[in-house]
Amino acid sequence: MNRRELLKMIAAATGGAMIGGELLLSGCKSETKSAPVAFTAENIAFLDEVAETILPQTNTAGAKAAGVGRFMTVMVNDCYTKDDQEIFHKGLTTLDDACNKMHGHGFMKATPEQRKALLVSVDKETNDYIKKKADLENQQKEKQKQGQEKSTDDFKKQTMPNHYFQQLKQLAIFGYFTSEKGRTEGLRYTPVPGKFQGVIDYKKGEKAFAGLT
Amino acid sequence: MANNTYDAIVVGSGISGGWAAKELTEKGLKVLMLERGHHIEHIKDYADSNKPAWEYPHRGGRTQKMIDDYPVLKRDYPLNERNLSFWAVDKDSPYVEKKPFGWFRGYHTGGRSLMWGRQSYRLSDLDFEANAKDGIAIDWPIRYKDIAPWYDHAETFAGISGSKEGLPQLPDGKFLPPMDMNIVEQTVAARIKDHYKNKRTMIIGRTANLTQTIPGRPSPCQYRNICSNGCPFGGYFSTQSSTLPAANATGNLTLRTFSIVTDIIYDKDTKKAKGVRVVDARTNEALEFNSKIVFLCASTFPSTAILMRTATDIWPDGLGSSSGELGHNVMDHHLKLGAVGDMEGFEDKYYSGFRPNGIYIPRFRNLPGDEKRNYLRGFGYQGSASRESWSRQVAELSIGADLKEALGQPGKWTMGIGGFGEMLPYHDNMISLSKDKKDKWNMPQIVFDVEFKENEKNMRKDIVADAVEMLEAAGVKNVKGHDEGCEPGWGIHEMGTARMGRDPKTSVLNSNNQVWDCKNVFVTDGSFMTSASCVNPSLTYMAMTARAADFAVKELKKGNI
Repeated sequence: MNRRELLKMIAAATGGAMIGGELLLSGCKSETKSAPVAFTAENIAFLDEVAETILPQTNTAGAKAAGVGRFMTVMVNDCYTKDDQEIFHKGLTTLDDACNKMHGHGFMKATPEQRKALLVSVDKETNDYIKKKADLENQQKEKQKQGQEKSTDDFKKQTMPNHYFQQLKQLAIFGYFTSEKGRTEGLRYTPVPGKFQGVIDYKKGEKAFAGLT
Repeated sequence: MANNTYDAIVVGSGISGGWAAKELTEKGLKVLMLERGHHIEHIKDYADSNKPAWEYPHRGGRTQKMIDDYPVLKRDYPLNERNLSFWAVDKDSPYVEKKPFGWFRGYHTGGRSLMWGRQSYRLSDLDFEANAKDGIAIDWPIRYKDIAPWYDHAETFAGISGSKEGLPQLPDGKFLPPMDMNIVEQTVAARIKDHYKNKRTMIIGRTANLTQTIPGRPSPCQYRNICSNGCPFGGYFSTQSSTLPAANATGNLTLRTFSIVTDIIYDKDTKKAKGVRVVDARTNEALEFNSKIVFLCASTFPSTAILMRTATDIWPDGLGSSSGELGHNVMDHHLKLGAVGDMEGFEDKYYSGFRPNGIYIPRFRNLPGDEKRNYLRGFGYQGSASRESWSRQVAELSIGADLKEALGQPGKWTMGIGGFGEMLPYHDNMISLSKDKKDKWNMPQIVFDVEFKENEKNMRKDIVADAVEMLEAAGVKNVKGHDEGCEPGWGIHEMGTARMGRDPKTSVLNSNNQVWDCKNVFVTDGSFMTSASCVNPSLTYMAMTARAADFAVKELKKGNI
């Protein structure tokens, strides 16, 4: 990432809540040390199925074929704060419980249709939560701004914790589109374009270009 | 000691050091270039230059361990998985912050020329005359005409692409063909020009990426936009791609890595430098190297720290401190603010390739004849328009095949611009050497006492407000201004601490970058800057280094130094 991209991403992230973005950008995240909780093979299989439901196999590879489940565990272990790790681990149980409640059995036993119905509902709930959280953070930011007019002291930021499904969805998307399968099948992979054309025609349906990183 | 004697010693191998080595060796001098860090061989040592996203365990992100290990680097974008080995390790390079200062360093051959942003702009007389006109600090001892031919020289060799615009505040240069703007940038540029009746302009960035081959540089830019990993095509200017091969080709260059300069050997009888003292970073061995001239290009604060550690038996605060200005007038650019919004329409247009460059909005505030603002000087913006990528939030699409399909396609157009503001030189913004804190080579740590003041704070309000106003005037929707706050240092444009001037009582260097108190020592990195301008400074270091090298060799031949 370079400075130009960063400036834009920060601005774009304002009001939204991109944990993936925070991972790449944040310099002010909580300092809590991470203490990795081991993921089991079952966890990885579970995550693969969740990710596959979010980004399924179509005429291009899905998240499972792209190895997204395992990637999620690496990110959670290495890049998440302790708080976010806890949310993530608890979320796996919460999601399975929600599946039991909706369909009478756990996620791994659910059909693709049942899984989709569940995640559509959880996604809706998550979006409401994210909106509430963003509103709160914007209020805090305003307060902080006013505080900074008077003094440069850090204004302790109060906020709501991240939602586990936001983590799952963002890691699925991030993991998929940065994977070899996702980049070469889900996008138009051009590692060495050789030239830049400022204006070309675009027809709806054509894939976005993607470079090495 | 015979093989420790050279005509010239260049301390540092970054943008300035590389230029000093090239110019001096090409003029026939035997040059020793000292680099404090490890060697990075062009192409061969660019471990990440061809690595696809999926080969990074965290796909380029930052881990909690990295955040713990890099308490300074983590404050801004440099801390990521991609080119971490190019940044100095924080724990090996401690410093003291009386006030917060983010110091992002590259300690290896090529220095930050490997990771730099490559934006290359000329200062103008608006900048060179500013201090005198405003009654701020001291006057620059040079004017644009003094440096203009050296800008030509630097641009021609480095390979700067850009468009000629005829703007007095941003002089044109010797440019390679400009890169394209995309459709939205073209539209916004035209609307800004129209709305502000030519008083404000948006141009394509001027960047040290080759849009065509030049002598000695067989491959132009390949539009991968991962320059800061090191370019296997040599598509952008760095020491490795440009000045080092030129210097090596003369047969006159010796490069010694792991060589930390402790001080300059000053001879009080001749009032000249005899060479430098070095500690070997690996063995801690103390060494001496002799030369007729010394070029300090160690980057702003390390060069000044070398002066501070030199000849302390004569001047307790070091060589150049007789001015009372050594270590003072620290400057940077202030940034991390601007505006972003959406551009409706243009869905049938796209672009191909990854342009390592953006658009530039040259300074338009406090120009001659304009209404005065509640601050001095001005700012420019860098930015770009692009179509959103897979990382966007698609609120209307929940999960499943539709989401996957949509994210695989380009999204709506967004346009963002971010300001780079000039910081005034303040005497009390300063660095000093710690009396008690040392680094692992027993060298005193640098203490930072630097802050943005009222002028910068007032300017920031205009930077955001003007960004919002311009984007809205250009038809951009949902425009949001933002100011994330900024610490000195985050611009990574450290300047000042050994400024040039007309009077040895108020400046460390004369108009030829020569230390007033020691005529065979030249300082040509950012420390010589008398004011900061608002444009990216590296091109000015290249030009001034070449100019000083030319002067030094002439003086040497005349027997004056």
